[in-house]
Amino acid sequence: MIDWLRSLFSFLPPMLAELATIVASIMIVLVPLILCVAYTTYAERRVIGFMQSRLGPNRVGPFGLFQPFADVLKLMIKEIVVPQNANRFLFLVAPLLSLIPAFAAWAVIPLTPEFVLSGIDAGLLYVLALTSFGVYGVILAGWATNSKYAFLGAMRSAAQIVAYEIAMGFALVGVLMAGGSLNLQEIIQAQSGSVLHWFWLPLFPLFLVYFIAGVAETNRAPFDVAEGESEIVAGFHVEYGGMAFALFFLAEYANMILISVLVATLFLGGWLSPFQGIPVLGDTLLGASGFIWLALKSAIFLFCFLWFRATFPRYRYDQIMRLGWKVFIPITIVWLAVEGVLVALDVGPWFN
Amino acid sequence: MSAHGLTDMSMIRNWSKTLLLTELRSGLAVTLRNMLRPKVTVRYPEEKTPQSPRFRGLHAQRRYPNGEERCIACKLCEAVCPALAITIESDMRDDGTRRTTRYDIDLFKCIYCGFCEEACPVDAIVETRIHEYHMENRGENIMTKDKLLAVGDRYEAMIAADKAADSQYR
Repeated sequence: MIDWLRSLFSFLPPMLAELATIVASIMIVLVPLILCVAYTTYAERRVIGFMQSRLGPNRVGPFGLFQPFADVLKLMIKEIVVPQNANRFLFLVAPLLSLIPAFAAWAVIPLTPEFVLSGIDAGLLYVLALTSFGVYGVILAGWATNSKYAFLGAMRSAAQIVAYEIAMGFALVGVLMAGGSLNLQEIIQAQSGSVLHWFWLPLFPLFLVYFIAGVAETNRAPFDVAEGESEIVAGFHVEYGGMAFALFFLAEYANMILISVLVATLFLGGWLSPFQGIPVLGDTLLGASGFIWLALKSAIFLFCFLWFRATFPRYRYDQIMRLGWKVFIPITIVWLAVEGVLVALDVGPWFN
Repeated sequence: MSAHGLTDMSMIRNWSKTLLLTELRSGLAVTLRNMLRPKVTVRYPEEKTPQSPRFRGLHAQRRYPNGEERCIACKLCEAVCPALAITIESDMRDDGTRRTTRYDIDLFKCIYCGFCEEACPVDAIVETRIHEYHMENRGENIMTKDKLLAVGDRYEAMIAADKAADSQYR
């Protein structure tokens, strides 16, 4: 893909051609991503509606498919009100700070066996850094708004991220031990073989912990105490309206997609086909690796985000802290020890 | 017995239930089952719920088949109206019969109880099953005699059919 773009821009001087290639390949990832975000909001309203025996939005266009565009249009023509005593600069920068990391993390995610924006060797570290960077947007928004509800939301979010970041990091250490590399492309290659070669099986507790911590990290129900609309109105974005609010909204859903893709990449073999290694099916086209498998696997987790929101009531704050510190961290540490033993004993097919 | 008054066995059971997410999973099963069930939503302008012939909507005044208005200005409806929504004035017509000169129903006061219809000895005032109407200007909420008769003339077939359908229960 990148080579094709490079040949497309070869008429330009070398420096400009390189720049144009980079910008174009970023656009190839980002534009569909933004469309996915738009349709995730639509999917959320439809799925939750269906789970509540309703239909959800079905008025705008066929099956309500143009609903996201109607929503965006409405948010764009609304005024952005900056409260009197708010810190104007931080107030306006905060939504960007929560959106940018959610998009930037896509740089290292391998979309196909060949296409990845930047195949750096510290990919996993980069992902860990950027997924936790998103919380700065929330904290700054809560502080800059100069409102006690927003501030409470920001404080809750900060404490929650600290608690779950550790469990998340430990889960990634497990992946690192199994994959033997920080490069996401190599981690996926280490899982090739069959469904049973994927890391979800040897790292099952870490897989669950990582996904649940990911739900907490994105401030989604049942861990959405930072918003907590029934207690602190809307938490950190209580004073945001129009496009500024839309950016927070976009960031939340972009983060959801990011976590889904990461879980699919790290534990379910990314672009590897689930039919790989099955005697007859695996030799046909179904066994070939490709973007479609990554998309399908991520869609399952994305559906889980919506499913959880429709099912679980919000955790109480102390329950969240208990779950993070007293359940997840011990589980991950114990499993890292187990994994260490498995690695030392060369237990196949994962650790040899 | 542990400190919480639980036996060791039940503690282990509680613990494993929590770790295996037993109750969370049964909750997820409920929502998944509901997602696959048929939905209760009525897509309103395209779909409508069935209506009873007794439905009490917009008012109408009826006429006899020969075109004579039924109302004889007995004012029973005005007397029975709990919301005081009906105003009637009457006078003697040239042929010596008593008729209303004014028959107003204020739709903002009306509570659509149907007492006027029950009280009427000649089945003149009725509540039709029309419920999709609106007002755009101040004053349009007053149903005058002319407007009531016009509604009655227009929907006489429906009103007569509803009355016939309901007659066996009265």
